[in-house]
Amino acid sequence: MRFAQWCAALAALLLAGAAAAADPIKIGFSMALTGPLGGNGQAALIAMEIWKDDVNKAGGLLGRPVEFVYYDDATSPAKVPGIYTKLLDVDKVDLVVSSYGTNVIAPAMSVVMRKHMAFPALFGLAVNDQFGYDRYFQIMPAGPEPKVDWSRGFFELAAAQNPKPKTVAIIASDSEFALNAAAGARKNAQSLGFQIVYDKTYPPPTTDFTPIVRAIQAENPDVVFVASYPPDSVGMAKAAHEVGLKAKMFGGGMVGLQYASLQKSLGPLLENIINYDFWVPAPTLDFPGVNEFLKKYQAAAKDKKVDPLGHYLPPYAYAYMQVLGQAVEATKSLDQGKLSDYMHENTFKTVVGDVKFGKNGEWATSRMLMVQFRNIKPDDLEQFAHVGSRIVLYPPAFKSGDIVYPYKQ
Amino acid sequence: MDLFANAIVAGILLGAFYAAVAVGLAITFGQLDIVNIAHPAFVIVGSYIAWIVNARLGLDPVLVGVLASPVFFLVGALVYRVYYAAFERTGQESLSGLAFFFGVMFIVEVSLILAYGVDYRSVSAAYIGKSFELGPVGVPLRLLVPFVVAGLMTGGVWLYLSRTFTGRAILAVAQDRLALQLMGADPVRVKQFAFGLAIATTAIAGALLIIIGPVEPSLGRVYIGRAFAIVVLGGMGSIPGMVVAALLLGVVESFVSTFAGPSWAPAVSFGALLVTLAVRPAGLFGRA
Repeated sequence: MRFAQWCAALAALLLAGAAAAADPIKIGFSMALTGPLGGNGQAALIAMEIWKDDVNKAGGLLGRPVEFVYYDDATSPAKVPGIYTKLLDVDKVDLVVSSYGTNVIAPAMSVVMRKHMAFPALFGLAVNDQFGYDRYFQIMPAGPEPKVDWSRGFFELAAAQNPKPKTVAIIASDSEFALNAAAGARKNAQSLGFQIVYDKTYPPPTTDFTPIVRAIQAENPDVVFVASYPPDSVGMAKAAHEVGLKAKMFGGGMVGLQYASLQKSLGPLLENIINYDFWVPAPTLDFPGVNEFLKKYQAAAKDKKVDPLGHYLPPYAYAYMQVLGQAVEATKSLDQGKLSDYMHENTFKTVVGDVKFGKNGEWATSRMLMVQFRNIKPDDLEQFAHVGSRIVLYPPAFKSGDIVYPYKQ
Repeated sequence: MDLFANAIVAGILLGAFYAAVAVGLAITFGQLDIVNIAHPAFVIVGSYIAWIVNARLGLDPVLVGVLASPVFFLVGALVYRVYYAAFERTGQESLSGLAFFFGVMFIVEVSLILAYGVDYRSVSAAYIGKSFELGPVGVPLRLLVPFVVAGLMTGGVWLYLSRTFTGRAILAVAQDRLALQLMGADPVRVKQFAFGLAIATTAIAGALLIIIGPVEPSLGRVYIGRAFAIVVLGGMGSIPGMVVAALLLGVVESFVSTFAGPSWAPAVSFGALLVTLAVRPAGLFGRA
């Protein structure tokens, strides 16, 4: 009897131990898997799942396997608060991260703030400016003053030219991200002594951009700063080419020109556009682990009809999970306060290099790249996989080539 | 002056494209009173067909649209059959019918996402990217080709509706079903034909859309408001009215974009719609 009881007790203990060990850590998020940002949202998800598999292969976090609980927010801001409420109240996830894109990160803030959750965020511009939340961490390397840091490089490049250009046109999509970017562009233009001759927004579902580009051309600006989302970026690039825009610099904040599919279809229309980016194949950006990660991503993305190269979002999607994972392992806890303190105080080693957050959760130093498209051949995806098609002009620490100025096609 | 001329030309080119999207709806909603909210979704399917064949076989997108239209015609006829059997026959078309078409729209959109993913798709053709100058006015071929094709298609549809027996039967069935039956035409078959014709136009309109810009599955939604507004503004049941309304919308959007700032364009367009309906409730060319 005693032996049987002892066996039962041991078995119960082992089972309890096993159950606790198998109890997964759930990370919850919404992701833009469909809708205007869907192409990149799906690429981000692939990168995050590569991270999850890597972590689980190495034994999980705190010895527990990692699981994702996620829902498609369809790039629709209205869906986001409901999703995060469900994740936290019904699915009872242990950790949360954000969706992709300013427009779908901002609506989650009030929910995560109420629950005091640490909130690593993926590519949102100046989301925390109005909230001032001390547990928000943005993996996009915009810098401590994101709105202004976003376009600072673009305008500094312009100001460095000889003779210095005098006039600036600003055109932005009427949506959260673009309005933030345009606000920063305005500040930069004014502080660097440019005169703003055109400053307007357009409604997101605009079909044809020819009238807009003509109106800009009528003011004869030297520099044209565009803040747009993927379909509009394509429309603006095409219209600029068709109208024969005579500006000396064109680009700045065009989302979408970083996506492989759009790069391939625009081809030579991209020539000499100077635009933001966060990672390109350049010798100055060869961080430890990034090329191995990209190979894994490219293999996983092959049949999934998403960005085949994965240079834009995937490395950062992997990195923001790395930051969270490293914080959990280092603090040996899932306490949101402890994690947030750790994330504020430490530098993380990730596939996108060293990541250090400032007080407002943005990067302590900006690493916005300004790249120029050069020698683009038509209908060739391969050229974007190699060094040479996108030359890093700014910041000086990462510069890989000299500017071609003025912009002409 | 340059800017003015360019704004008008750009508006007319764009307006012609809007007419191509709205002509099918002018038939189904304007003449048959079927609230086909899935109409723009079919246009997107047309865009995807144009993309697939253009990418695989290199055929010109407009040609693909024309070749695909008989298939779309059959699909349209089938959809109408289901709609008639389920709703019109039992008199439930107003609310349940609308829900049916919402359902069709979502199914179409999700099917496209499952089959082709959410990335943007574009076509390549010799004329995309080129433009020529007519004096002070620059005309991008990317908009001129859709203008020409839209004109031909809309003109063709209107001639068909006003000159042939079946065409006039379509116009008649909306006015007086019983009288049409007495004239020896089966109203259900006539409506089925009309619906098929309307969906056939979306094959071509979709090809034009993807010539103008990149397409992804949910893009149809931004055209729902515009297409219905154009049909209502033109006057329910009038194809020439719809064309005028579409051109007007295109020109107003273009003008406002150029001179007042693009963010005003939708407000002004829909404001024009409201003002017109207040002054002339039947629409521009509508029968009162």
